[in-house]
Amino acid sequence: MNSIHDLGGMHGFGAIEAERDEPPFHEPWEGRAGGILEVMTFPAGFTVDRFRYLRETLRPDLYLTQTYYEQWIYIAEQVLLESGMISPEELARGKARPPKRTDAMRAAAVWSFLHDRTHSGRDLDQKPRFAIGQRVLARSMQPAGHTRLPRYARGKIGSIVSHHGAHVLPDASAHGRGDMPQHLYSVRFAARALWGENAHPRDSVHLDLWESYLEPA
Amino acid sequence: MNGVHDMGGTHGHGPIAPEDEKHEPLWHAPWEARMLGITRGMTYPKGFNIDRFRHIRELMPPALYLARSYYDHWYAVCVAALLNGGLATREEIKSGHAAPGSARRNDAARGDQVWQSQKTQGIFTRELTTPPLFAIGQRVRARNINPTGHTRLPRYVRGKLGVVRIHHGGHVFPDTNAHMQGEAPQHLYTVAFSMRELWGADASARDETCVDLWESYLEPA
Amino acid sequence: MSQHSHDHDLAHHHDIHAELPSDPALRVKALESLLTEKGLVDPAAIDAWIEIYESKIGPRNGAKVVAKAWVDPAYKQRLLSDGSKAIGELDFLGRQGQHIVAVENTPEVHNLVVCTLCSCYPLSVLGLPPAWYKSAPYRSRAVIDPRGVLKEFGLELPEHVKIRVWDSTAEVRYLVLPERPAGTEHLSEEQLAALVTRDSMIGVGKVSAK
Repeated sequence: MNSIHDLGGMHGFGAIEAERDEPPFHEPWEGRAGGILEVMTFPAGFTVDRFRYLRETLRPDLYLTQTYYEQWIYIAEQVLLESGMISPEELARGKARPPKRTDAMRAAAVWSFLHDRTHSGRDLDQKPRFAIGQRVLARSMQPAGHTRLPRYARGKIGSIVSHHGAHVLPDASAHGRGDMPQHLYSVRFAARALWGENAHPRDSVHLDLWESYLEPA
Repeated sequence: MNGVHDMGGTHGHGPIAPEDEKHEPLWHAPWEARMLGITRGMTYPKGFNIDRFRHIRELMPPALYLARSYYDHWYAVCVAALLNGGLATREEIKSGHAAPGSARRNDAARGDQVWQSQKTQGIFTRELTTPPLFAIGQRVRARNINPTGHTRLPRYVRGKLGVVRIHHGGHVFPDTNAHMQGEAPQHLYTVAFSMRELWGADASARDETCVDLWESYLEPA
Repeated sequence: MSQHSHDHDLAHHHDIHAELPSDPALRVKALESLLTEKGLVDPAAIDAWIEIYESKIGPRNGAKVVAKAWVDPAYKQRLLSDGSKAIGELDFLGRQGQHIVAVENTPEVHNLVVCTLCSCYPLSVLGLPPAWYKSAPYRSRAVIDPRGVLKEFGLELPEHVKIRVWDSTAEVRYLVLPERPAGTEHLSEEQLAALVTRDSMIGVGKVSAK
């Protein structure tokens, strides 16, 4: 979706303001929010892609003003409401109705959860369409749902740098359509191809792009 | 600049939710009318122009741009123009009063002058001695430029192929005028882009979007 | 998915916020107690998660990978040809760090990592990302003005250096292998690791010998 989260190449946000020796959490509630969104019980079939998509649905001005972990609270609320795991009344009043589940992740399981080896790679019989070094065009597409092809790369020509194997397609996974794995490539775009002749002649931007995002150039 | 104002093709802003034209008032609150009046009648810093006005609006912090209503944007521009032009101080803006003992001007536009200016100002055509580079029907490509200053070439058009439909003659060039670098007029064209060219294969095969573009935004295709 | 149905969902989402407190601390407290009451979260698990990211998973992991690559040319080769496998040798793989590609800085090439679309970051080797990495200024400018961004971090690169920006659009995570500073030949692997900064492994800084 072409929402405000797709920030690559935008102007007007001012200085970066990096904090020295920044603590992991600025307030205790940030740690609680981070922890909730990692260890809580999610609905069956919930994926990291849906997590990212839900964040993208945040009202654009709130996306720009709410802090990072504050946005994670919004995501939790949306997940719980859309799956029916919590009712709007329960959320508004902060009071639970029975039944109470007993299968929440225990503290002792958190370390191995964080070192879990499940990942987005999948086996795929189909051969990769593109070869290393091949010139490709990132398609001009405007999905209303989740995608990982930023606007700044659409319609631009790059070249295949490497092939990562087949991976879960976020455009499908975020919307309950399963893994639908596709070959994933690292694609290099010259800065000048992206930004015009005023860009540095030697710089480039690399993006990891799924096969359906690309066409031969 | 690639600011948040450059919204063509963006998603996520919600429904348009128009009010019925029979019922929508001109002003949703009296302050909106006052703001329009202020914008039209106030004294601006020397050399101020409409392109500068637009650019200053584009410089609003992005979240404010998205959250504040239209006439509130005009408020933000007027305040920025006054501060930047040395016509008011921050304390004066905050308090709503002139600093005690500060000089008072007596050259503000009068009511009848404001009305007259509506009829005579706002003409941006200029004579040019150089001939136009592009002809009606010619295929052109919008250049991929990413200026950090003011421009009227939206991001969604850059790099796309279109056809010249109309030639409007010479017009004040916003990219320089907004930065007080002179009018530097250029030939202005209406260029038609097919929806498919702009948005991809899923877009309508029939429809097009026309954009008014200055000559330096374009190259022959 | 039609734009209309999408917009309809959006309106529905926003309704609830008129009834919730605006202060995030209050909202999190209410959310945690509600989830606890429903058995959807165990607060002790939240405690454990916080503790792990405050003291156990952090940039010291990545620094060890970098230092090992500096002292052991064979490891460096393995790291550059299969980052996940090499980092796995040190047991530093995990969530948001399953598939890692190490990108090497040289006198001719400087690498910079960003996620323009959200906040993807190699958590398992660098811990939690700093607020600036997730901010609109960094996300918007890193891909279009990397030299300006580096300047803001106090790093000016000579003109001949080529910058490669890596936009983390997939689950592949990028770790910059910074150049080993001169004058460190006598240092042990452990001493070298202590020099490696988090910022150098994102690409907004270089490692210095002091």
